[in-house]
Amino acid sequence: MYQYDEYDQAIVDARVEEFRDQVRRRLSGEMTEDQFKPLRLMNGLYLQLHAYMLRVAIPYGTLSGKQMHMLAHIARKYDKDYGHFTTRQNLQYNWIKLADAPDILAELATVEMHAIQTSGNCIRNISSDQYAGAAADEIEDPRPWAELLRQWSTFHPEFSYLPRKFKIAVIGSEEDRAAVRLHDIGLQIHRNDAGETGFRVFVGGGMGRTPMIAPVIRDFLPKADFLSYMEACLRVYNRYGRRDNLYKARIKILVHEIGADEYRRQVEEEFLHTRTLGLDAPQAEFDRIAAHFAPPAFESGLSDEIDRSDPDFALWLDQQVVAHKVPGYAIVNISLKPTGGIPGDASSAQIDLMADLGETYSFDELRVTHAQNIVLPHVRKSDLYAIWQKLDAAGLATPNLDLVGDIIACPGLDYCSLANARSIPLAQKISERFGEIGRQRDLGELKLKISGCINACGHHHAGHIGILGVDRKGEENYQLSFGGSGAEDASLAKIIGPGFSEDGVVDAIEKAVNVYTALRTDGERFIDTYRRVGEAPFKEAIYG
Amino acid sequence: MKILTGNDLVTGDVIWWTGDGWSRHLEHAVDVDGQGEAIAAREEAARHVNTPYVIQAEMTGEGPRPAHIKDRIRAVGPTVRPDLGLKPADPTIGDWVI
Repeated sequence: MYQYDEYDQAIVDARVEEFRDQVRRRLSGEMTEDQFKPLRLMNGLYLQLHAYMLRVAIPYGTLSGKQMHMLAHIARKYDKDYGHFTTRQNLQYNWIKLADAPDILAELATVEMHAIQTSGNCIRNISSDQYAGAAADEIEDPRPWAELLRQWSTFHPEFSYLPRKFKIAVIGSEEDRAAVRLHDIGLQIHRNDAGETGFRVFVGGGMGRTPMIAPVIRDFLPKADFLSYMEACLRVYNRYGRRDNLYKARIKILVHEIGADEYRRQVEEEFLHTRTLGLDAPQAEFDRIAAHFAPPAFESGLSDEIDRSDPDFALWLDQQVVAHKVPGYAIVNISLKPTGGIPGDASSAQIDLMADLGETYSFDELRVTHAQNIVLPHVRKSDLYAIWQKLDAAGLATPNLDLVGDIIACPGLDYCSLANARSIPLAQKISERFGEIGRQRDLGELKLKISGCINACGHHHAGHIGILGVDRKGEENYQLSFGGSGAEDASLAKIIGPGFSEDGVVDAIEKAVNVYTALRTDGERFIDTYRRVGEAPFKEAIYG
Repeated sequence: MKILTGNDLVTGDVIWWTGDGWSRHLEHAVDVDGQGEAIAAREEAARHVNTPYVIQAEMTGEGPRPAHIKDRIRAVGPTVRPDLGLKPADPTIGDWVI
């Protein structure tokens, strides 16, 4: 894992003291809320429905046991004993007091954490593949590049006031576990015909009000040009992105309006200049960063045998554990989606337990996924049973990864001041309706995603089944859509018809699932059947 | 009726204008009639409240009931965590919100 050098630490420490003074001035009346708001947002502090909310950055979703313990400590000391893992691989606290915020940031800084780049019109926290460095299908670990982007983008003077927020994701595999084509910039490490590794660059994707799948702007970007090309991409956006209309300010609108070819032409033109500026990291600096992500000291000669005699363990094993690139090791997915629970929420005790497991069994590493789960990336297969027992005792062993119960849901109207409808109660009802794991497994991979407003923090556009909560004459109403995917087969979900009440949408999902089970062929997932047969039979079953 | 609400500057708590101060309890809210904006401006300047705003509400036998679900949720806390709200022992609180 990356560890701060003296500059990183000095920057974060200075920022804490700067914010402490800003809070003092706000509380003393030297600053109005209008003056203070952009400053607190730059430090991840929002004002939500019930209280201040602090969003803590977890760069590319990677953290150590010590950092995870700190998240638990803050939840216990300053909040209400729990935290919420988000669809951006971050963590949010829902009940923060303004006067405590500087102390919280100071405590975070002691473990190399902060809340910078979690709000505002800057380059946000970089996201990545939760299996980075462990996945069997990985070409190269994307995290050194994500870390390089973090360092390049933090307080970048030219890109701190962009037309709108800007999200970048980096992956190193063919399988897309980070939804790169639904980011402002998505970067995929791949090999060209000469066998060299470089980046496929997607620009102009996103969800929100106007969902778009990013086109490829560069099929192969040599590593040596990484930052200078990123600089060019951002410069063109910063120059021509719409600042006159909040809803048209994202880069996806620019790329769409001028066209991918014209955007590419402008970027390439700008790149001719930026590549002369010495922006790219010297090889020695990149090597320094990459050394932090060197594989841990895996043991060789470990057995791949696992005792499956406990049926509950075997079920969990089949659903939550995936292949690791090193023999004898596995990747463990910890579900934060207990049946009827709140997606992404974890108590301080659960966070501490996961931290302990990371320290004891996973080379002191944990990952947060954009699907609001936690990953132990490097676990010996011989330790899986012990890990499962501890997770099970803590209510963290629900075997539902990528099944209908593994619902992504934004905080919705229960917490969020932007929301139009509640997301969590609906997620709970669906989770309970399909609670029986045997049925979930029979239905197979079924990604269900719920957003409480058009901003789409619940990724409903990318759901095999997507649900958008809207306000219809003061009543919560839910639009149902099918056919979305955030994976390498990215697609946008399409609204199936008129909306429903909360109970109505659960019934409609049941009908859709029944259509799927009636029409599926061997091996077809829900989305495969939907793509093959189209919406008509689903619409007929739901609306009759 | 119209009532005035906002968040406590220091704690972020949801608060309601009572006529001579602020309360965390909606039942203490009073009709601000046409004075809401003026009270809001004065109280915000005094740092007694953050981002105050006037909302429509209906007076019921149990006290004021905000017209919009968002403010009803603000009044009681997240419906999915009644244990964290102001009335954790009230089993009907979810029905009241809806």
